Amino acid sequence: MIKTGSCPSCGAPVEFRWSSSVQTVCEFCRSILVRTDVDLEKVGKVADLPANASPIQIGTEGVYANRPFAVAGRIIYEYSQGNWNEWHLVFNDGTSGWLSDAQLAYDVSFREDGFQLPAAGDLQPGVSLRFGTLQFEVTSVTHARYAGVQGELPFQYWDKTEVPFVDIRALDGHFGTLDYSEDAPLLFLGEAVEFESLKLSNLRSFEGWN
Amino acid sequence: MAEAAVRAVALACPNCGGQVELRGFANTLTATCPSCFTVLDTSTPAVSILRTFGKKQRYTPVIPLGSRGDFDGVKYEVIGFQIRTVKEDDEVWHWSEYLLFNPYNGFRYLTEYNGHWNFVTPVRGLPARVTSRHRPAYKWQGRTYRHFSTSIAKTEFVLGEFPWRVVVDETVRAEDYVTPPYILSAERTQDETTWSHGEYLDGRQIWRAFKLKGSPPRVQGIFLNQPSPYTGTAGGIIKVAAILEVALVALLIFFIFFSGNRTVLRESHQFQQGTRGETSFVTPVFDLTGRLSNVEVQTRTDLDNHWMFVGYALIDTDTGQGYDFGREVSYYHGRDSDGDWSEGGKVDKAIVPSVPSGRYYLRVEPEAEPSSPSINYEIVVQRDVPNFIWFMIAALLIPLPAIALAWRGFRFEYERWQQSDYGSVGTSSGDD
Repeated sequence: MIKTGSCPSCGAPVEFRWSSSVQTVCEFCRSILVRTDVDLEKVGKVADLPANASPIQIGTEGVYANRPFAVAGRIIYEYSQGNWNEWHLVFNDGTSGWLSDAQLAYDVSFREDGFQLPAAGDLQPGVSLRFGTLQFEVTSVTHARYAGVQGELPFQYWDKTEVPFVDIRALDGHFGTLDYSEDAPLLFLGEAVEFESLKLSNLRSFEGWN
Repeated sequence: MAEAAVRAVALACPNCGGQVELRGFANTLTATCPSCFTVLDTSTPAVSILRTFGKKQRYTPVIPLGSRGDFDGVKYEVIGFQIRTVKEDDEVWHWSEYLLFNPYNGFRYLTEYNGHWNFVTPVRGLPARVTSRHRPAYKWQGRTYRHFSTSIAKTEFVLGEFPWRVVVDETVRAEDYVTPPYILSAERTQDETTWSHGEYLDGRQIWRAFKLKGSPPRVQGIFLNQPSPYTGTAGGIIKVAAILEVALVALLIFFIFFSGNRTVLRESHQFQQGTRGETSFVTPVFDLTGRLSNVEVQTRTDLDNHWMFVGYALIDTDTGQGYDFGREVSYYHGRDSDGDWSEGGKVDKAIVPSVPSGRYYLRVEPEAEPSSPSINYEIVVQRDVPNFIWFMIAALLIPLPAIALAWRGFRFEYERWQQSDYGSVGTSSGDD
């Protein structure tokens, strides 16, 4: 496994800052690169990211549940009501998490394996779901479009088209997303968080707001 | 790879060419042109016109767009304003919604109706449906919100920017649940339910937060989550009343235990109204001891369908100072068409308050009708007698303010709920 290499497309140096990262984007030519055992492989290219005013950026640091994290990468999705970000968090113990920023509403979630997930077609708002001790209800089904990636991700993720998402919420503020973009759907569980509670630093600045 | 500061963008209105500044950065999906009131879809680089408002359809926000104010320690800027309406029977109700924006903390709302304000935060969790006293309710973060009303709300007018695609004339099913000063609202469309949580604010708080000139719109009527002005104060007053009542009982017990209630003189006399001689006499001297307290003089007679009058003087032997008082004792009884009757009594009690200790005697001057038979009577003098009448009066007066407030509080709640779907004067939308 390599930590650094050069972009097979433009030759610029490429560095993986997180050992858990599998994919990154060349900062110079925006080629999407995935790690293989010996080399970096170019799998695609990122188009211009849609306009987005998230205050978070790659390199932003913060704390969730007393665990410090840094923002390593990002997936951006578009849907009928705009776009939203899934920021890839790397915690100081090497584990990955996700900070979702949908028009400045924030959720932190973690990928959960080992649950049997229902087919997307079976889920519509109001349907109850149970994961472990938590009782959820489907609150929305969103047909999103993959709109680009940035930075390092813990899995290969690129060149998607339509991505069905099912948002679920529990009575106590717990939140979850079922991601049906892969053949095997993915489950992320977490909770809504207040911006202040994450104690974020190295944020973007906004004209007129300093 | 930190990026430079995010710049505010301005675009040209495709209708009039005027400049439209976007205060919400790329979060803005809909904006209106401040010059020609055209609603623009700004979500794509090719800005498109959604609709235009004619002069008669326009409203002016009382808080100007661009105003910044602090709420809970976070600075927000007013970037959007909309008028929403509810139609019930033939009446249309308008209220204002101000969209507040902070580039980090996101979006909040201020709503205003008839001078009543709410600071509204989006709810990210799922309130739990329950029942509260036979009415639908929702439980959220430990509080229970009772259903107040359900209506169909329409967006009538928009100004400024919104992070969603505005569809003017779009309707939602709006449900309001209240536990003053809080309100929990659900807006339901076919696809989604959006919850929000509001807290009632005084217009003056809003004016201070934004440092606005002038005064906020006048408050009219009772709002659905307006805190009752009586609950807090009535609670305090009831508490004070309860404390006073307890103190009164303690005082009463103290008086019962510590009143001397000593009999200092007991003398029997017989009186026959005669024509000759002086009828007045003096009693033997007796001691009044202890603290400054009252003296009770009892006149116990065997009157029967007669009266007698006794002129008393309680005289201090050292100073000669006297307390003069006259008592009439009369007792009549009989039987008429209504049955047995009686009037007056055979025993009279007179209290002389605040008599200092010392040596005293009574001068007694009885009088009666000349036709009266001989009257046997007894004079009993008691020192330091507990006087319960004042306790009774105090005990009855103390709770009066609390009762008055409780009544006004009840009226307030009654009038509040009269406006709900459960009021008796028909504004019910009747869909529950």
